[in-house]
This record gives sequence, C-alpha cells and structure tokens, in this order.
Amino acid sequence: MAQSSSSGPRTPRTGAGHPMSRRDLLRGAAVGAGAVTLPALLTACGERPGGDRNDVTVGSNASDAVPRKAFAAAFAAYGKQSGSRVEVNTTEHNEFQQNVTRYLQGSPDDVFMWFAGYRMRYFAEKGLLTEISDVWREFEGFSQALKDQSTHDGKQYFVPYYYYPWAVFHRRSLFEERGYEQAGTWDQFIALARRMKEDGTPVACCDKDGWPAMGTFDYIDLRLNGHDFHRSLMAGEEAWTDRRVRKVFDVWRELLPYYQKGALGRTWEEAGQGLQRRATGMAVLGMPHPGSQFPEDERDDIDFFAFPEIDPRFGQDAVEAPVDGFLVAGKSRNVRGAKDLLAWLGTARAEDVYLRGDPNTVAVNDGADIASYSPLQRKSAALVSGAAHISQFLDRDTRPDFAQTVMIRALQDFIGDPDDVDGLVNRIERQKKHIFSGS
Amino acid sequence: MRRRTARRGHGGGRQEVPRGVRRWGRSFTRRDVAVLGVLLGTTVLLDVLVVWGPALASVGLSFTSWDGIGGIGDIRWVGGDNYAHLVEDYPAFWPAVRHNLLWVAFLGLLATPFGLLLAVLVDRGVRFSRFYQSVLYLPVVLSLAVVGFMAQLLLGTDQGVVNTLRGNRNDPVDWLGDSRVNLWMMMLAASWRHTGYVMILYLAGLKAVDPALKEAAALDGANERQTFLRVTFPTLRPVNVIVGVITVIEALRAFDIVYAVNKGRNGLELLSVLITDNIVGEASRIGFGSAIAVVLLGVSLVFVVTFLVQELRGAREK
Repeated sequence: MAQSSSSGPRTPRTGAGHPMSRRDLLRGAAVGAGAVTLPALLTACGERPGGDRNDVTVGSNASDAVPRKAFAAAFAAYGKQSGSRVEVNTTEHNEFQQNVTRYLQGSPDDVFMWFAGYRMRYFAEKGLLTEISDVWREFEGFSQALKDQSTHDGKQYFVPYYYYPWAVFHRRSLFEERGYEQAGTWDQFIALARRMKEDGTPVACCDKDGWPAMGTFDYIDLRLNGHDFHRSLMAGEEAWTDRRVRKVFDVWRELLPYYQKGALGRTWEEAGQGLQRRATGMAVLGMPHPGSQFPEDERDDIDFFAFPEIDPRFGQDAVEAPVDGFLVAGKSRNVRGAKDLLAWLGTARAEDVYLRGDPNTVAVNDGADIASYSPLQRKSAALVSGAAHISQFLDRDTRPDFAQTVMIRALQDFIGDPDDVDGLVNRIERQKKHIFSGS
Repeated sequence: MRRRTARRGHGGGRQEVPRGVRRWGRSFTRRDVAVLGVLLGTTVLLDVLVVWGPALASVGLSFTSWDGIGGIGDIRWVGGDNYAHLVEDYPAFWPAVRHNLLWVAFLGLLATPFGLLLAVLVDRGVRFSRFYQSVLYLPVVLSLAVVGFMAQLLLGTDQGVVNTLRGNRNDPVDWLGDSRVNLWMMMLAASWRHTGYVMILYLAGLKAVDPALKEAAALDGANERQTFLRVTFPTLRPVNVIVGVITVIEALRAFDIVYAVNKGRNGLELLSVLITDNIVGEASRIGFGSAIAVVLLGVSLVFVVTFLVQELRGAREK
C-alpha cells in the first residue's frame, strides 16, 4: 500500500545540524509518543521535497483495487493530453479519512479526493480549501443539485466525479429460484425478510466498520419523516429525543430479528461475499459494496430495488447517493496545475475513462457516454435522476465529530441492544448538544 | 565548594570534614561540574520539552474547546466542562476505564505469573528448553497490531479458523463482534505476547541467582517450593520491579491490538482508543480528547507511583 504524504508531518526530524545518532532516534521516538498527547504542535513541521513545477500531486483515498486502477487510467489520460505528470499518493480509505484534518493543515497534495456536502463545507469554512468558482464557470452537464452540493457560501470548492446509490441489493437468480418478489412497501419488505430467514438465507447485516448501518438509519428516517426532517436532524437542529426519531428505531427493530447473526463482527466485504455465496438473501448497501465482492462473470446477477416506502406521504422520493470528487487544498503548491486537472476531470470524457474501469459507479455529468453502461448502472442512473431529493450519507451530511464519536457507537449500541431506545436517544442528544454548541 | 570551605572555617579544625564529602569535592573540578551541568541539563531540558511540556499542555488543553484548525487564538476556555461531559454523557468512557483496569488485572494476575512459571520451568532445564524458550519468545517480536490481525484470521465470524473448525455454520460464535467475549479474546491474544516477554525477563533474573543460595537452602532442609518462595523469588526483586512496571504500562497503553480488530469499538473501548478517536481522527475534538488523555495519565501515575514506592520501600527495609 502506497503511503501518502499524510504521514509526512509526523516524521520525527533530527535536531538542526546534528548527525543522526541512536539518541536522536530515541528522542524522535519520544517526540512520536508525545504526538498522542499534543498532535497539534507537530502539524506544522515536515516539508516534502518539491517536484517539478509541472507535476500535480493527487492525494487519493481510492485504495480498493477496482477504483484505484480506474483512477490510474483517468490520470494517465489527462497526462497524455496535457503533457504534465500526475503523481498519485494513495492512502487506505479509512485511514485517509482519519487523518484528513491534519493532512490538510500539514503539507497536502495539490488535489485530493473527498466528499460533497457537509464534509466539504466544513473544510471550506475552516479555510482549508482553495476556491474554484472560475473552473466551475466552464463546466457543462452538471445539474443544479450537484452544483449545490459543491457550493459553500456562493463559492464552488468541489468537482463531482461519480456517485453511487444505496439500495437493497440481492442476487437476481436467488430471487427467481425462490420466487421472492422485490418489496415496494415496508410490510412487504418485512414479509420478505421473514421468508428469507425461514429459508436459511437471512438479511445481511454488517457494522464492524461502524458506517454500513448508517445507510439503513438514513433510509428509514427519509421514508418515515421525509427529507427535510432528515436534513435538519443531521444539521443538529432537531432533538434526537423527538418522537419521530424514536419511531425510526422502533421501525428498524421490526427488521432486526431477520438479520444474520454477528453483525458487529462482520465487515462490509464479508457481507458482500456472503451475498455472493448465497448465504444471505439481501443487503442494504451502496452499489460498489456488493459489486466489488462479486467475481466479474457474476456481476450481471446483481440486482437491487429502492428502499421500500414506509409513509405514503414521502413514498420513495429520496435517494441516498454519495458523490465523490476532487478538491484543491488550501495549501496546494501548484494551484494552476491543480485547477487545470480539475477542469479536465469535470468533463464528460474524463468520467467515461474512469467508468470504463469501475462499473460500480455512475457518472455525474449529463454528457457522459451511457451507451457502455451495464444494466445495473442504467438502473442506478434512473433511480437517482427520478429522485426528488438526494442525500449523501449520515457521515457526510453531519459534522464529522458527531458522526465519528457519537453515531458510530450509537448505532452499534442499537444493533447490540435494540430495546433501550429511550436511553439511546437521550445519550445521543446530550452528546449532540455538547458537540454542536462547541463551534 | 565555597560552602564546604566556609564550613571548614567555621568548624576551626582541619580534619573534621567526613572523608566521603571530601572525596566528592576533590573529584569534581570546575570543568567536571560544567560537563555534568551540560549533560544533565540537556537531558533534563529534553525531558521537560518532550515529556512534561506536552503532558502539561494536554492538561491545559483539557480545559478548552478547540477543533485543531487554525491558530492558538481559536482555543476557547471552557473550564471543567469537558470532564463533566466525559463523566456524565460520554457513553464510551466508563466502559473504557473498566476495560483498562480489567486489562491490568488480567495481565498482572494471569499473564505475568504464567510467564514466571514458564521461566522457572525453562530454567530448571526441562528437555528442549532452548526450543521452548525460542517458541515462547517468538510472539514478542510481533507488533500488537500484527497479533490483532492474526486474531482476526483465527476468530473471524464467517471465515475464521476457529469457527471453520467448529463447523457450526448456522449459529457461529461471533468471537470478535460479541461484546461479551471479544475483550477476553483480545486479552488472551495480548497475553500470548506478554507472557513471552515476562518469561525472558525472569529467565535473565533466574540465571543471575547464585546457585550457592539454593544449595544452602537445600542443605538446610528446604523443599523446592520453600526454596523458590523464600530464597529465589526475593532475590528477583529488581526484576519484579521491572516486570511490574512493564505489565502496568503494557496494559494501559494497549491500543494497536484492539484498533486492528475493530477500531476499539463495541466492547473493545480503551482510553487510548478514545483519545485517538477524538484527537487524531477526523473529529478533532482536541480539548475533549485531552481530557481523556489526562485521565489516562492520572490512572498510569497512580499505578506506577504506588507500585514503585512500595517496591523501593520494600527494598530499603531488606
């Protein structure tokens, strides 16, 4: 795994002018240990050797094999066209996320991959991004919704590249074999889940990583309380002790008996593989999750249906479709090169190159070539374009500290002990108040 | 030096200065003092800079609210707010404290004595003792993160070795996901490594015990148990101090093994993990995380200081 320069700021340095000795090393280790107690002091030091002025460095969190190769192809295509070299530093996806705040304050790459929505706005507000409104003026083929997701305070900071919808995924052949029908409403969904459990292929559930269960929470909230409520809940404007939030957990509890056991010890990869092995019947996941775990010749067997309707007032009007894309760091050393790269990445052609290598996502640009889409990609595109509201994902729609330190544990607690909703929502609310009042 | 001269003058006699003091004075010239001052001073300065400075800064930061972005000017004083929130509202805090203390108890009461037992057995020269020694020490060269990774291969729910061997596909035991068992699994895995470490330390200590002592005890009619408890073990006192401190430190700084398994969540909460989650992670709650760090510092100090004071006092009384 290639190390990104995000580790740069933490590298212990020898004292000025002294040759490196064992004692220096020990001192360096001590400094490293001190990093736990006071990491902020260290963010300022460390400087990467500067490369050619024409080079653009890209910090990538696309550490999974499929997207990594696809991105390499896209950057190679840009290099060929523009004549400048793109140097990619890939970091493991979760690790990149863990370190991003310090990464952006240290010596970040010129361009980095990140998420749209609240997660982008947070950094924009802190002044860690470079505004790219001038690049946006040249863009064609992006919808207004996408532009909104890329905008903070009237300025653009983000170039969307692809998205993928969350839905209920399953094997088409298993449904045909057993005579299962895709569920349109919550009652049908529960009935289907019950049948699957009886047939020995329960509903897949995984939350060891801490985030997969967020998708189910989001969807139940969106279907039960509507997009507007969900949005203000995420923004910290609604109380988590509200009757409507409790109801979300109550509805969710109806599904829990039909989950496979051991959800908290299972990664999303294992859940995807379980679906592939026909050990489970269906799973609420994002499109790349089962997609990347199925062998290539079985991918045509993946199918999905939209998360079922719970309240007819809202129907299935919202889709959870996280958008990934590119931003220019505030400390970028080659802003011109970075903007040039982003201008190219915002074209339909750039997305075509990427999608050829990654069939698990869908292009955001209207001008992208959809002729080469798989049936699944086509269905995904239709799902999103038919949606009245698009949400990102719980950990992208709210403050990162709230998602990280409160919600991960809260949802894991719920899966482990679903009966104590009262204590749960009170715990969340108390922590929410503390965090949201902190800024 | 001037003081000693003055004292001599005051006493009037020339031979009143005790010999030890006099030798001390004679062997330290002005130059020696300067060299000593530089050497000691540098060390003390570094100690203050890299150990006590950050520690005190953490204590200071724990009374503030800061997201780690922007300058020092963004730091806001909030008093004891972080601590109140930590104790009352943060659901992971008390489990983490409990798990850390359990970890200390597990290593201290099971793993360390077991390491001593192994050391005694190997020292008595059972057959293939060299072989056992190497095998038992082998895990120590592994980082705890690697041990955590191995634990996952062994104990994974769907694809782990243990569950595959048990062959119960429909009702697999969720060794690492079930919050009632996963901490014990982690402590076992950590002990696997800790035992080897302790064994080597005690082995070195046992090799240094004068065999004549044991022979004398045997001549006096002591049986093996008595010889060990009354003669051998007390002579191991210096090793005991080291092993004790190492055990406490290992238990309190445990981090990588649970982080490798599930990021220290769902039954594997430890104070070190909470610090990382809040400070190092995307969350960047520097003030709140520092408050947790201060609690960990306090717990460590209580253990280490109590232990050292007791051991050293015991040594003096001997």
